[in-house]
Amino acid sequence: MTREFWINGVLALLLLAAPFIALAFGESFYVTLATRVAILALAAVGLNLALGLGGLVSFGHAAFFGIGGYAAGLLAAEGLASMPLIWLVGAVVAGLVALATGAVSLRTSGVYFIMITLAFAQMIYYFVISWPTLGGEDGLSLALRNEFPFVNTLKPLNFFLIAYGLLLLALFVFARLRASRFGAALEGARQNETRLASLGIEVFPVRLWAFVLSAMITSVAGALYADLNRFVSPSMLSWHMSGELIVIVLLGGVGRLFGPVAGAAVFVLLEFALGGLTERWQLFLGLILLGTVLFARGGLLALFAGKARHG
Amino acid sequence: MTFALFAEQLLNGLQFGVTLFLMAAGLTLIFGVMGLINLAHGSLYMVGAFACAAVAAWTGSFWLGLVASLAAAAGAGALVELLVIRRLYDRDHLDQVLATFALILIFSEAMRWLFGPFPLYLDMPALLQGAIILPGGIEYPLYRLAIIVIGIAVAIGLHLLIARTRIGMRIRAGSSDREMIAALGVDIGKLYTIVFALGAALAGFAGALVGVNQSVQVGMGEPVLILAFVVIVIGGIGSLRGALIGALLVGVIDTMGRFLLPQAFMLVMEPSAAATTGASLASMLIYVVMALILAFRPRGLFAPA
Repeated sequence: MTREFWINGVLALLLLAAPFIALAFGESFYVTLATRVAILALAAVGLNLALGLGGLVSFGHAAFFGIGGYAAGLLAAEGLASMPLIWLVGAVVAGLVALATGAVSLRTSGVYFIMITLAFAQMIYYFVISWPTLGGEDGLSLALRNEFPFVNTLKPLNFFLIAYGLLLLALFVFARLRASRFGAALEGARQNETRLASLGIEVFPVRLWAFVLSAMITSVAGALYADLNRFVSPSMLSWHMSGELIVIVLLGGVGRLFGPVAGAAVFVLLEFALGGLTERWQLFLGLILLGTVLFARGGLLALFAGKARHG
Repeated sequence: MTFALFAEQLLNGLQFGVTLFLMAAGLTLIFGVMGLINLAHGSLYMVGAFACAAVAAWTGSFWLGLVASLAAAAGAGALVELLVIRRLYDRDHLDQVLATFALILIFSEAMRWLFGPFPLYLDMPALLQGAIILPGGIEYPLYRLAIIVIGIAVAIGLHLLIARTRIGMRIRAGSSDREMIAALGVDIGKLYTIVFALGAALAGFAGALVGVNQSVQVGMGEPVLILAFVVIVIGGIGSLRGALIGALLVGVIDTMGRFLLPQAFMLVMEPSAAATTGASLASMLIYVVMALILAFRPRGLFAPA
């Protein structure tokens, strides 16, 4: 058992314990905060698949996050308020969009890929704010939180447990995938594309499927985020959201299993703590981020668990 | 639809394209020479607009404001290059994206701190107010026409600077082989600062020019930044010629799409549905064009070898 294994375990337990402790002290607000951490971590696990394993710097994952959110808003408005159905619809739509945009974007690499994924996300953003039934700039509000079989989702703790369960499931998928032949091919493509090609493995489909799967995971997080806020707004699709997801992955540690969890926890707590201290919290968030990029390479987990083997 | 209306929209597209070029030129130069992807370029556009609005309000002269916008943006660019950007040249693109994303947060909040949460407004200079009658009986605002002329002049000036001067020669050499020109005794650090400040000045200048037609506010640079990315991706990153052609293409296609698509849909749909469908699709049009161009030329139209 490596040190990282134990740190991951502690992180998972801390996140699980946080809402119970908060409720014991009667501070139900912190349950919402913990739910936010779990949801953003889930979205970042999706991104980490493309960014960490595949080295695909997608600057457009807000599109998939938003697609999940709008799936929740639209289906709820139609009276189809079942979470599993919403997740499925959101994931299928996000997967199809990722398949189409990925097929174009993955023909390029490096800085072109960053800008093209950003541009496609903007395209979806502008489409959503100009299409009348999607609520325009105001977004859509959800009258009630959507339903989950046999669970009362209106209780904050229950909703947290749903989000946490999905996060664990996504982490499990990520870990299994990384250990599989597919994961090895994906990481191989990041490290040396030519070598992989000369082994007879086609790089393009491997990357495309990773991109699609990554988008699907992030879209489920988007649906949960809409349910958490009972509100979907175009800001879920904005490029700031894409940036925040990258920040979360990088803060925690790129390509690490629990990197997104550590990153999301730090990001949400930082946002909360700075927001309580000063109105200008974005200024300090920017300075902290800048400091992390310039001086703390490899993210937080690298500080505690040592450098990743990840090359 | 009359010819005059069509021509006016075409000129609006050109004017939009020219302002995009001012942004894209800096981005593409900075990428071509230093290999840096700079998200904070939109913040420098904003700095230029704010500097122009503040100085114009203080002195009463738009022209002094314009000078201030160049100076402020170039100064801010040079400062940021010395403090932060310089450490990012040998990092991967992911680190560059993140650090310059952080710079956007810092710049936006700093501007809000300095100028308050409300937008500023810039008055059009008296010299350029009113409309002008162009050949063919087209009435067009003088200010917009002036932007087109200024943009074309800047494009020619930049071309001459890069192609004919000593500093331009060094910039070209820097983008083709930076170790070699450092070995030949060129102070590469100083060259990088100059290129970055030049790109920043162009962005700030664009911000000041556009600030007259829009309100000057925090976040104004971001939509333009993303369009400028589309421009340089279409044109080929690092190519100044690509930036010019890409900018005019994006400006004209976007403007004409918003003008023509709703009318085209009106032929097959009822008017209100046609207007909304047309407007929604028009907002996606340039991205579709970008995807089509990249499907055939993944490195853009004029990618340097």
